[in-house]
Amino acid sequence: MPIFDDNVKKQLSDLLSNLKNPVKVLFFTQEFECPACSDNHEFINEFSSLSDKITLEVYDFVKDRDTADKYGIDKIPAMLVTDDTGTDTGIRFFGVPGGYEINSFLTAINDVSGSGEELPGDMVERIKKIDKDVRIEVFITLTCPYCPQAVATAHRIALENPKIKADMVESSTFQHLAIKYNVSSVPKIVINETREFVGAQPVSAFLEQIEKL
Amino acid sequence: MEFNINLPGLAEGEHRANPLNPHEIYDVLIIGGGPSALTAAVYCMRKGVHTGLVSADIGGQVADTSSVENYMGYMHIEGIQLVDKFREQVQQFEMGFLQGVKATSVEYGTINKVTCEDGNVYQGKTLILATGNRWKTLDVPGEKELKGKGVAYCAICDAPLFAQKDVIVVGGGNSAVEAAIDLAKSARTVTMVQFLEELTADKILAENLNDYSNISILYSHQVTEIMGNNSVEGVTVQNRADGSSRNIQVQGVFIEIGLAPNTDPFKGLVDLNEHGEIMIDCNCRTSRPGIFAAGDVTSVPYKQIIIAAGEGAKAALSACDFVLMEQK
Repeated sequence: MPIFDDNVKKQLSDLLSNLKNPVKVLFFTQEFECPACSDNHEFINEFSSLSDKITLEVYDFVKDRDTADKYGIDKIPAMLVTDDTGTDTGIRFFGVPGGYEINSFLTAINDVSGSGEELPGDMVERIKKIDKDVRIEVFITLTCPYCPQAVATAHRIALENPKIKADMVESSTFQHLAIKYNVSSVPKIVINETREFVGAQPVSAFLEQIEKL
Repeated sequence: MEFNINLPGLAEGEHRANPLNPHEIYDVLIIGGGPSALTAAVYCMRKGVHTGLVSADIGGQVADTSSVENYMGYMHIEGIQLVDKFREQVQQFEMGFLQGVKATSVEYGTINKVTCEDGNVYQGKTLILATGNRWKTLDVPGEKELKGKGVAYCAICDAPLFAQKDVIVVGGGNSAVEAAIDLAKSARTVTMVQFLEELTADKILAENLNDYSNISILYSHQVTEIMGNNSVEGVTVQNRADGSSRNIQVQGVFIEIGLAPNTDPFKGLVDLNEHGEIMIDCNCRTSRPGIFAAGDVTSVPYKQIIIAAGEGAKAALSACDFVLMEQK
């Protein structure tokens, strides 16, 4: 059974028809796929077929260890959205972006493709000034309408600075992490495992926490 | 698998809004970002007055609503989709727009000064107060400390995180019943703690509770304390009939006890009624000339999206009339 019904398929195709530049999705899974990986595999197979500007590359987490390490992929299922040269953007999705998260996935594809919204100049400057390795993990649930905004903001920040990685982490797929970080309200943002806050807050709130690292 | 697509067409609809400028004196400055504020913005811009808007968030309670079926023109639409449509309609105008910032106080004058938490003071010859309502808090020990650590107000967002756990839902109205149902699908047990002797929710909605064997209801009870170190571990509930108290072990507390008007920035500025709502006449005028108010934050008797939108339009037209009269 296809993962997208005809209605959703049409909406997605329409939204993807305006993509500027080609993008690549690197999908990390393994040979013996658990349900989470196989759902994700089906999702990205179908999604990438909706536009000829989207290329899919599938990697084996075990056999393609080097590639996984190169991009800092530490768990699966994982998707990384890059431009067509495969340069790391830091934009990652751990877990299927279903429910409301389809919007943050579309936004990521759009932003990397060059059709996204510009951030205000002073924000971009502040982001580019960040000189440490930063990993932003945004814990979400698929039924939360506020979460995509937090994910999109984190990804947008990552796009502006090669030292910053931003992850959408689906809480029920990665329960052990949700428990580790005491996630009981979403979206919950964890930065470098030490700083945290809750809620889809504006770019400035993210930057304040990053600057305090 | 479900997909809720709610992005406005990615290449459609230009954003012409400008950053809100503290050095400009707006003819109408709107405080708020829900259906009244956004409708007011459209009406003011179409009247050709210099308009600005400042709000902590866009959409307000509508964004929290999963399904809207009584806003004319849409048999069924998701709250967040409706908010996107409102926002798109507003952002086609070249108006001053600031999202993500709360107003903290207002100084009345021929030019009203609105101080905001970003440190700036924005100015408007007239103001439209449209800050809506917020979820009421219980104000019991442990509630603030454990917010986000087991104490929550949004069941639809957080329900999956309480799978196989024991939770309570405080309240007995429609929101509480809906929350209990959402939670019962994955939680181990759901206990509703209702202050009154019966539920106040619509009969049709309350009947759905019977479909879930893991929902129980404690009538005439109230939560007096929420306990836990790093996360919620239990609550103390008191039986209002006989005064006895006991502890219940739970990992989640969902507080669904209704709404209160967001009038903190306006204390002393305009007259409020006994519910803390801004008193208005049918022209949306408050007790101060030049200050108007609209939507759920006011004394309007019914709080609905379509009513809020209508009130926003009225407040805008009143404000514009005031501006144009002052100019003569």
